[in-house]
Amino acid sequence: MSQVDYDLFRRAIAATIEAAAAELPEDVSDALRTALEKETGEAARSALDFIVQNIEMSRESQSPICQDTGYPTFWIELPESWDRARVAAIVREEVAAATHRSALRPNAVDIITGKNSGDNTGILVPAVYFEDADGDKVKVKLILKGGGSENVSAQYKLPMGTLGAGRDLEGVRKVVLHGMFEAQGFGCGPGIIGVAIGGDRAQGYSLAKKQLMRPLSDRSPIPELGALEETLHRQGNELDVGAMGFGGATTVLGVKIAAAHRHPASYFVTIAYGCWALRRKVMVLSAEGFTVSDH
Amino acid sequence: MKTIRVDLPADRELIKSLRVGDEVRLFGRIVTGRDAAHKFLVEQRPDTVRDILQGTFIYHCGPVVKRVGDGWEVVAAGPTTSIREEPYEAQVLEEYGLAGAIGKGGMGEKTLAGLVKTGSVYLHAVGGVATLLARRMRRVVEVRMLEEFGTPEAFWVIEVEDFPSLVTMDSHGGSLHRQVLDASRKRFDELLKQK
Repeated sequence: MSQVDYDLFRRAIAATIEAAAAELPEDVSDALRTALEKETGEAARSALDFIVQNIEMSRESQSPICQDTGYPTFWIELPESWDRARVAAIVREEVAAATHRSALRPNAVDIITGKNSGDNTGILVPAVYFEDADGDKVKVKLILKGGGSENVSAQYKLPMGTLGAGRDLEGVRKVVLHGMFEAQGFGCGPGIIGVAIGGDRAQGYSLAKKQLMRPLSDRSPIPELGALEETLHRQGNELDVGAMGFGGATTVLGVKIAAAHRHPASYFVTIAYGCWALRRKVMVLSAEGFTVSDH
Repeated sequence: MKTIRVDLPADRELIKSLRVGDEVRLFGRIVTGRDAAHKFLVEQRPDTVRDILQGTFIYHCGPVVKRVGDGWEVVAAGPTTSIREEPYEAQVLEEYGLAGAIGKGGMGEKTLAGLVKTGSVYLHAVGGVATLLARRMRRVVEVRMLEEFGTPEAFWVIEVEDFPSLVTMDSHGGSLHRQVLDASRKRFDELLKQK
């Protein structure tokens, strides 16, 4: 039990939040540089050029990549020897502290009064989900997902007659394509598309968002879903919505799909649209200290 | 792409001459205003912010700011999604004598009609490039409604220098967003039929 160290955990959480806000994951940065190289549309090219410049500037100055530092969402794998309530309190305190240091923008608004709490804490904010740990390491996955991208996320219910989308993977293909089309430039493309098939409504959104934690090179181990990921990635780009919705060759940087069992009556397809500024980090804490990585 | 310098407050003839595809670099004072601001401007028609809005651009942006001494420094300030202001924007442009709006994602037909009517323009800044755009902000001149609206929603009056943007909707009825929507809808319809 000697590895339970709440002070170290506190420092690790602070470092993870700051890194997530300022340092875009390498795989996403590389994909954006590739998109810039192959873009021929003038407006989209100019947008990608600013995006690539901004990634470097933010990393160097450790300032937020995007002013919308999002709705902080933590998935925490916690060994039994740790106290959940204490860990949740530390996360909350460090989110508030990061907000006071201007590493995060205050994004928690009271529904009744309309007041911003000023420090990113409030009812259900930040979002903290606990999961079982594998071994004695603490693992924290953090995503800072902005409101613009969250607003274009969507949930479909199959069948959907208007699109001719039935209750099968072909129906899934059609509605995800529809979601990418509808997003246009509103969610800050090129986007990364997390998809969940099945589950109930709540599980759908949660599972879809979690797909955004996967590296861009990752393929679903389920062959049918892996193939659908590739098809949708290709077809998403054939929509020609382009960076910022300016028209262009790169509309999406990747599509990541997971499936859950569904109720016989329900067939939900849920899309979590991730903007190009996909701010995700994974922190692992063990007896040796902690590391922060991109996925 | 043509690059055009626009000094603020803006020369209205210059604004009217802008066309979709022109790159614009702004110099002078702009004012941030987003969801709470637009609702406030239309529902309450306040006289308390007319002076700062007249002749300039309202920037759909909720910045990250830092207290420095008695003043403020902008840390990160990219655009937010403009379409949420669609119910309000045409009225806001007309009522407050704005030269236009700056945001991202574009706006709809109601705003486009408003641009034509008032001879104003919609400028698109690149979403998410918040550090880069903050560096084009020389200083925060003042802030209004900070207590009431909170940091992201307040009216921040900011002096910008060489602030980059693209005209995506103009006063002649042109809209890049409509063009891309129409073209991508055709592609979408074709892709639906493919496997």
